[in-house]
Amino acid sequence: MSTMTATRPKQKSPGRPKQNREAIYLFLPALLPVLLLSVYPLIRGILLGFTDARAGLNVTTEFIGFDNFTRLLQNDLFWASFRIGLIWTIAVTVLQFVAALGLALLLNADLRFRGVARTLALIPWAMPPVVVAIMWRLLLHPTNGPVNGVLQGLNITDHPINWLGDFNTALPAVIVVGIWVGMPMTTVTLLAGLQSIDRSLYEAAAVDGASTWHQFVHITLPQLKTVIVAITSLDMIWNFNSFGLVYVLTAGGPGGKTMLPMLFAYNEAFRYGNFGMAAAMGDVMVVIIIVFLGFYLRNRLRSEA
Amino acid sequence: MRTKPAIRSFQYVAVGLYLIFLGFPLLWLISTSLKSPREFASITPSLLPKSPQISNYTEALQEQGLIRSMANSLQISIATTILVIVVSLPVAYALARFRSRLRPITNGWILVSQVFPVILIVIPLFMILRPLHLTNTIPGVVIVYMVWSMPFALWMLQGYVAAVPRELEEAAAVDGAGRARTIVSIVMPLLRPGLIATAMFTFISAWNEFFFALVLLQDPQLKTLPLVLARFVGAEGQVQIGPLAAASVLATVPSLVFFAFLQRRLTSGLLSGAVKG
Repeated sequence: MSTMTATRPKQKSPGRPKQNREAIYLFLPALLPVLLLSVYPLIRGILLGFTDARAGLNVTTEFIGFDNFTRLLQNDLFWASFRIGLIWTIAVTVLQFVAALGLALLLNADLRFRGVARTLALIPWAMPPVVVAIMWRLLLHPTNGPVNGVLQGLNITDHPINWLGDFNTALPAVIVVGIWVGMPMTTVTLLAGLQSIDRSLYEAAAVDGASTWHQFVHITLPQLKTVIVAITSLDMIWNFNSFGLVYVLTAGGPGGKTMLPMLFAYNEAFRYGNFGMAAAMGDVMVVIIIVFLGFYLRNRLRSEA
Repeated sequence: MRTKPAIRSFQYVAVGLYLIFLGFPLLWLISTSLKSPREFASITPSLLPKSPQISNYTEALQEQGLIRSMANSLQISIATTILVIVVSLPVAYALARFRSRLRPITNGWILVSQVFPVILIVIPLFMILRPLHLTNTIPGVVIVYMVWSMPFALWMLQGYVAAVPRELEEAAAVDGAGRARTIVSIVMPLLRPGLIATAMFTFISAWNEFFFALVLLQDPQLKTLPLVLARFVGAEGQVQIGPLAAASVLATVPSLVFFAFLQRRLTSGLLSGAVKG
């Protein structure tokens, strides 16, 4: 697109200073709300992690350096939420990706239910997260839920399992719900990527006698690479930052077994009033995300070089 | 390419499992919303209600808090959608058409806003809105939602604008139309499907949103639908599962209706935003 503008003849495309001026007018209505309610709060939020800010009016806020961070590092609950957050993020992202890739390959072949499957695919993503959580609480209900009903009917278990209330099953159960929500969107994205691959590449490979597996490894995966990198890194960030779904499913329980970082930060801020501490937690999450993005960008640059 | 029957049947089994994994939870929710209290309390719950009844829906709708929260959600979502479109359209146009210095900055902000945990934004927002007496108000939530949904709306819209052929605008310019006139009479009509898709997407986001509402709205009179539904779950001791399921279905209907229109456009919008943005 930028090259398009650059190659336009002079008389039809106004010069740069004029374009800058016109652009500013068009930006104006958006500028104030964005600066006031997005950029400024973000910067202030980052800095807040270095203060002792608390909820409530008329409380002085003082700069306290890295105190919040050292306190966080000494807090077992912080480490626990951090660990749970990583398990949740990696498990949901990887499992949903593998399932979604398999499914996208299936749907890319001309199967009969393709249209139905594709239409259904985006429903979880359009549903309110709160409703998804309520729905799964009904499904996983220890006494009336169909999941236990089916498992007991098949004699896989002889007693009803309290999926969301048991120390051992809560995190896996929540992860399954996370996959249910995220997988369809990933599938549709991958499917769109698959459909943009030039068919003639496969035809040429088939002529050369390449097996399906070879075609997958040497054509499909490389051609999909951009889409895969984009969707999995977005999924990772979204999952790492997720809140509403698990808040309604378990509120972090039982015994903190599903306390994701965002739930921890929310409790710190709005249950205990420790704004500074919660912001510090947010800062830690940002650092983790930046490190992750750094790796991703470096890999991407290296592979493009 | 011809596929072996064995592989073919494996494919159908796999797609079938996927449809069950996806569809069964929805079916269960809807079925629960149509069951009598006695039926879902039974030890052997059945997939389909034996005698479907709508009493859960009427009961849910008699619940005053629920009706009010629906009205609140509707107001907030409509106001947010209008504001987002009005404010984003010129920006999207500028992003797609001009090589201004604001473009890399804005696209950077779009990316950054997707990455940061909302906890960092919500605490300062809370502190900014409180002295303005905008916490615990509907306008306060609307402006927060506006800023929060704008990045994605811009992402989609600039893709749609870029898809409008420049030649049409140039022809209009040759005919002596000014920039504003060109945008209104040439670009906007061509952009209408994209605008509608973006508006629907914004509406769904606002309708579904939970976190900001949870933090900003304390007054029971002002709570949005997701908040009220979540509160039902919290008080599980007294909660009536049937009406809860019915209310959940009702809360999903607007998203699904919009979404049915939106499906095709949305994926193409996401992709064109990604490719051309």
